[in-house]
Amino acid sequence: MNRSIFKKITGNQLFIPIMALLLLAVINLIVDPGFFKVNLGTNNAGNPVLSGYLITILDYGSELAILAIGMTLVTAASGGQDISVGATIAIAGSAMLRVLCGTNPRPDAIQAPIIVAFLVACLVGMLCGAFNGALVSVFKIQPMIATLVLFTAGRSIAAWINVNKLPIVPDPKFAYFGGFIPGIPIPTTVFIVIACIIVITLVLKFTNLGLYTQAVGINEKSARLNGINPTFIKFLAFVILGLCVAVAALIKVSRLSTINYSVIAKDIEMDAILAVALGGNALSGGKFNMWASILGAYVIQFLTTTLYKFNVQSDALAAYKAVVVILLVFFSAPKVREYIGDFFKKLKAGKAEKKENKGEA
Amino acid sequence: MDQKKLKGGIFNKISDTNLLLVITIVIFLLMYIGAIIFQGSGFKKPQMFFNILNANAALIITACGMSIVMISGGIDISVGGVVALVSMCCAVYLDKANGNVWVSMLIAIGIGLAFGLVQGTLVAYFDIQPFIVSLAGMFFARGMTTIVNTKPFNVQNQSFVKLKETRIKIPGMGSYNKKGMYIPAYIEIGVVVALVLVVILFLVLRYTKLGRSFYAVGGNKQSALMLGINVRRTKFLSHMLCSLLAGIGGYVYFLNVGSGAASHASGMEMNAIASSIIGGTMLTGGVGNLVGTLFGVLSLSTIQNIVASAGLGEAWWTGITIAAMLCLFLLIQSIVIRQKKRALKT
Repeated sequence: MNRSIFKKITGNQLFIPIMALLLLAVINLIVDPGFFKVNLGTNNAGNPVLSGYLITILDYGSELAILAIGMTLVTAASGGQDISVGATIAIAGSAMLRVLCGTNPRPDAIQAPIIVAFLVACLVGMLCGAFNGALVSVFKIQPMIATLVLFTAGRSIAAWINVNKLPIVPDPKFAYFGGFIPGIPIPTTVFIVIACIIVITLVLKFTNLGLYTQAVGINEKSARLNGINPTFIKFLAFVILGLCVAVAALIKVSRLSTINYSVIAKDIEMDAILAVALGGNALSGGKFNMWASILGAYVIQFLTTTLYKFNVQSDALAAYKAVVVILLVFFSAPKVREYIGDFFKKLKAGKAEKKENKGEA
Repeated sequence: MDQKKLKGGIFNKISDTNLLLVITIVIFLLMYIGAIIFQGSGFKKPQMFFNILNANAALIITACGMSIVMISGGIDISVGGVVALVSMCCAVYLDKANGNVWVSMLIAIGIGLAFGLVQGTLVAYFDIQPFIVSLAGMFFARGMTTIVNTKPFNVQNQSFVKLKETRIKIPGMGSYNKKGMYIPAYIEIGVVVALVLVVILFLVLRYTKLGRSFYAVGGNKQSALMLGINVRRTKFLSHMLCSLLAGIGGYVYFLNVGSGAASHASGMEMNAIASSIIGGTMLTGGVGNLVGTLFGVLSLSTIQNIVASAGLGEAWWTGITIAAMLCLFLLIQSIVIRQKKRALKT
């Protein structure tokens, strides 16, 4: 009885990311209990803001969490990953700035409402997604390779949109999306993530998208025989990821009110894929758990923030991250769990045998 | 009607591997000839071609390793990181410790083998996805590079510089400069290493049991198992071989640039993957050819050179053109394979 409950808990997909979060939290608690302190202070503009490591994690993990939503769908439907998200963020962000600032990189006022700029960015992101999706679904090219095209071209296209200038948005309102709205001490990004999660939850609940995606990912041929159009489902997954990319781009650009084409969102695609994998989703497609991926994203941000707290150099961060990732993936691998299970069984059997031997003696 | 039949017949006779190889070579030749006709000057000199080889010897070696992993159904994105780590470790050893050149080569091979051992074991014997394993490998290698040494520096070690400056002259391929002086054409040692490795690996893949089992495992794991192939060992060896080649490639890269820096070989893994794809290797496994990979590298760098010499001043054109070419290659591959499948069906 006990064992079945234990198995149910450890067998749950959310087990690994939650355990990782708890482990990181405990380590931080032992080293420095101050890690969990949240202060209410004021920022330069005199508005109340919450500060503290936990707030940092929630704030800076939001782009990754939003990308993880789209990446999970793409992974589940196509059995491959989109490695162009970082480059597409650059394109969408650049387009947003082009609309906001016009051709003048130092305008006195914004040239178009922020909502228009955001909608343009969404359109651009979805177009990029549609391009990737068309290559994958219609031309049957492996996703990683198809997205290699935009991965190579993305940052160049982003620079080309603004003729390599770095426009600065003059309106302080634009900075709200990546910072704080005056009067609300919680980072705006948290609300954006919650909005995205609500939307995707509603979509998964009230449409067949989740079911169809899993069906296509598990077996494309049988999904087709059951009347699902795999080409369209895969295409749709990439377009949705494009939308997520546009939202992430809004946050990224808003944080700085400007853009750096070669650095913005660099290597974020690797983190996004990692988030999906840490959530226990098979990278070969099929079944998926959206919550696990989102938690995975916050695990990565928690880890990054913890390492920064220990004064690890930003360049050397990757090495420590790698060790943790390998350990996490190692212990969540079914094969390793099997080995460990066998080992414990043997141990128990050995004990039982000894007892029996003693009884006989 | 007759023509269609004939076409189908030819398509049927050529295997996937050879078909993609032929496409790659034809496109490369067309591109190079086009460059000679329309851009003249630089491309007319044979040295232009040798320069492409000199600059890309390391990429050829790492791309070969990548192709082998991809043929056996895996992927390894840690190669760029390994190249950077090797060049940094060798640079520190040669410069700061004033070490021996031969020992530095052993260091390079040792690093490659160590990465291969860990990644291969995790992928083959613990069934962890190769993408994630090598992603962690890439993070680790990049991070370690900065931990070993943060600032980039040039290596001054005498015997190393001597080895680096060694040029192999090729008779009859030189050209005259504006003053009428004869400049002989040359290649660096790394190119020789790369070409020898391509030939050896090509023969291994084609004629040895191990080479064939790479294709078998990548094509269909289940039937490979039924044929009595040790699937796990084959997968392990493919990752081992790839990392070892990344180590050797790292040393060749180091010989070419002669310095250690954390930013070295950034994005090399993606270039290696792109070259393999252009060369006709398929990520799904079981299809590929190292000669194709060689031509893939050459095509990629020829595009870069064409864009650079075409006077398209703005830097962004390089990225956009390469991507457009890559896209074109992918579409051609996709369409050709679909046509072939259709021809087989009817």
